[in-house]
Amino acid sequence: MHIVDRRLNPGGKSLANRQRFLRRAKALVQRAVRDSTKERDIKGLDQGGEISIPIDGVREPTFRRDGETGSKDYVLPGNKRFVEGDTIERPSGGRGGRGSEGSPDGGGEDDFRFVLSREEFIDLFLDDLELPDLAKKRVTTLDSEQWRRAGYMVAGSPANLALKRTMQNSLSRRIALRRPRLDDIEELRARIQELEESGADDVELAWLRDKLVALDSKSRRVPYIDPIDLRFRRFERYPKPIAQAVMFCLMDVSGSMTEHMKDLAKRFFMLLHLFLARRYRHVEVVFIRHTHEAKEVDEETFFHGTETGGTLVSSAFEEMRRVVTERFSPQDWNIYAAQVSDGDNSSTDAARTERLVVEEILPAVQYFAYLEVGSDEGPRRAGFVAQKSELWRTYEGLRSGGAQIAMRRASHRREIYPVFRDLFQRREKAEEPNP
Amino acid sequence: MSNVEPSTVLFEGADWNFETIRRVHDAIEDVAVGEFGLNVYPNQIEIITAEQMLDAYSSIGMPLFYKHWSFGKHFAQQESYYRKGLMGLAYEIVINSSPCISYIMEENSATMQALVIAHAAFGHNHFFKNNYLFKQWTDAEGILAYLEFAKGYVARCEERYGQAAVERLLDAAHALMSHGVHRHPRKRRPDLLSEERREAERRRHQEQVYNDLWRTVPGSERRVRDRVNDEIRRALLELPQENILYFLEKAAPRLKPWQREILRIVRHIAQYFYPQKQTKVMNEGCATYCHHRIMTALHERGQITDGAFLEFLQSHTNVIRQPEFDDQHFGGINPYALGFAMMSDIDRICIDPTEEDHSWFPEIAGNGDTWGTLKQVWANYRDESFVSQFLSPRLIREWRMFHLMDDAEEPELLVSAIHDDRGYRRIRRMLAQQYDVAWLDPDIEVVDVDLEGDRRLIMHHKLLKQAFLREEDARRVLQHIADLWGYEVVLREIDPTSDTVLKEHTSEARPVFF
Repeated sequence: MHIVDRRLNPGGKSLANRQRFLRRAKALVQRAVRDSTKERDIKGLDQGGEISIPIDGVREPTFRRDGETGSKDYVLPGNKRFVEGDTIERPSGGRGGRGSEGSPDGGGEDDFRFVLSREEFIDLFLDDLELPDLAKKRVTTLDSEQWRRAGYMVAGSPANLALKRTMQNSLSRRIALRRPRLDDIEELRARIQELEESGADDVELAWLRDKLVALDSKSRRVPYIDPIDLRFRRFERYPKPIAQAVMFCLMDVSGSMTEHMKDLAKRFFMLLHLFLARRYRHVEVVFIRHTHEAKEVDEETFFHGTETGGTLVSSAFEEMRRVVTERFSPQDWNIYAAQVSDGDNSSTDAARTERLVVEEILPAVQYFAYLEVGSDEGPRRAGFVAQKSELWRTYEGLRSGGAQIAMRRASHRREIYPVFRDLFQRREKAEEPNP
Repeated sequence: MSNVEPSTVLFEGADWNFETIRRVHDAIEDVAVGEFGLNVYPNQIEIITAEQMLDAYSSIGMPLFYKHWSFGKHFAQQESYYRKGLMGLAYEIVINSSPCISYIMEENSATMQALVIAHAAFGHNHFFKNNYLFKQWTDAEGILAYLEFAKGYVARCEERYGQAAVERLLDAAHALMSHGVHRHPRKRRPDLLSEERREAERRRHQEQVYNDLWRTVPGSERRVRDRVNDEIRRALLELPQENILYFLEKAAPRLKPWQREILRIVRHIAQYFYPQKQTKVMNEGCATYCHHRIMTALHERGQITDGAFLEFLQSHTNVIRQPEFDDQHFGGINPYALGFAMMSDIDRICIDPTEEDHSWFPEIAGNGDTWGTLKQVWANYRDESFVSQFLSPRLIREWRMFHLMDDAEEPELLVSAIHDDRGYRRIRRMLAQQYDVAWLDPDIEVVDVDLEGDRRLIMHHKLLKQAFLREEDARRVLQHIADLWGYEVVLREIDPTSDTVLKEHTSEARPVFF
């Protein structure tokens, strides 16, 4: 008899099968992920979770009998009152009664539910946005790391030799071991030579000669630089300085914003949160929605609450300024602002908006992104010249004046990602072509 | 039990280590082989974690298996059930191989480990080694090496022909797995060890006789062969053929050699599991009966404590629980319960028979040799024959079994037999029928094809009790067959009494494999 302990075998034996399954059901899983992002809050994207896909797409068919046809026999235990010849009404929940032996398949489940890990979930979410691979990698790798000096070590490459520290060690060792200084030996030699030339005082000469021999041999025994003096600069990896960031989500919720637009907005905010969560250990999210007046709200109200009214974009910036002054001092926080709107603004408000953005908002934030959402999921009609919206014109004016604003129009979720390109390009002054 | 010898307790409390396992195994072996005379393969006991158990679940219990998405699907499903607590895991999985491998979970208490060893490493093990179906259909020595070869072969094919191509082929083959077995014994015993060698030889032979010159020899006029008569043609193709995978492997005109080999692998594995399907009640009954007797003997010898014995009895009663038909937990007849009840009943008939038993079971009643009788039964029966031979009137009464007829034509269900003199035989026959493979799997055969003509493959489904195939599934499986066959396939559902075609499905081949 053998006993084998298999517990230490590497786990994840079924991983390859799981990946095949996910690939196989990719379209379905992706749709499920898309649906489930609608239900999640922005911060929740970072967790995995259970999704369900229709069983039909991953069916494994075999030949079996149809339970609805034909006659069947059952032998059942637990008879209480039946006698031969009794008839029983057909149970309403399908033919044949509960747990009939004749249906080994276990009946029809419509949905196949299982749990996705965090990585799988994010991967599918990003795939769905049609993100380029490189960007995907940037988003999903956790902290970025850097090298920094971290003291000394006794071994290393010659290029990292810490000369000053090595010499210090050498000096203190030489002092401690009383290595004769070169000057002392020179002096002694000179003295001996002097005595030899004068030819006097043999006793002193002999003593001096002995002393010279002793010093010479000592300086040979105690080297000037010894391997134990060597010190090398040590470096260690460390996560880049991570501070805290706050993300302002500004959205127009006036009646002209449709559900589709809000869905685009949500994805946009989710993606931004994902980026920020990679770079900063702590990310706060502030939701400000506005019609003709703005209010800070919670996420639920932000996406699902209804409000009516006109549109005054400046009100949102006023509110944001208030929140910034109250809670998020630009010295302590990295501030990111993202605005989503369908582009409407009351024409009287343009000047005020412009002034607020230039004077209050842009100086305080790291990054300001504006996403203009369109209503139509289909392709633009040929020859259709997009009419520039009120707000777009305002920001365009600011940009040509040198302001740092990332702007995009999006009417499909795949168009969201390019908005972030600016962020990754370290805000080079590359002029971006308008979409 | 005879020779009760003073003996020390094997373990105290729930904790165990490898030394405990070894002690427990040796003590059980002493009882099982020494006292009861069980005949088993050498044992190998492997300790695994819950995740590894789920792994084994999803690849039909086999320790190493080729890769396929469906196993990933099952894993995901089991895992989510398990996480939600909807499903407990089995305490063990046992592989019909030599040495016989039993997987036991690390979470089990010491008592549970003893139970599991008695159940799997001796009960199932004895059944695997001695039952005629397993002897006929499986090759316990060869299976692990064969799985290894299968896994490697599939992986090499994936490298060479692409994952997608192999996956599509396996999809099709898996759909036909239940119709990829020979139901009647062949002349040769299965010899899985030589499978790998055979495959290598065939390839070498192909390479040796390959001569590119043949391609350049100007072709002679193709002789128009005389149309052989239909009888001979069918005989040459071994038609009619119920093993669809076998037929496709041998006769599908356009499959490449590696595709045939993969079909063969799936077919062999299906064949390996074929006996298990037919012996659920007996296999589990045998293991349950053995563990019950072994644990009782250990307790009588004083090798397990009263507390441990109570813990054992509790899980034992859970295992053999049979809810009644109107219970909300009823899910069919529990094979553990039925098997255990029938085997205990055989014990009673051998030792202490009644008048009734003497007239129903004259050969075994009162013969006093329980173990001898049971070993005969375990060796020579399968579920269907076992039930039809050994279900006693007393057990029918005890379980209060009744027979219910469900005729689609009638508005109501009919109770046609209950536990009385007129009903015993009918109930016994009907219960046996539930375990008949012919009743479990639809009867589908390839009946004809004209390879010289349109190559249309004709298949028949012989209806049993007017039950048709499930339409949607049948369409999908038929599509797989058409893809493998490469030409049109027609499946006719016929009434076997009148030979009239009641329904017809057809499927055209898609360019999937060629």
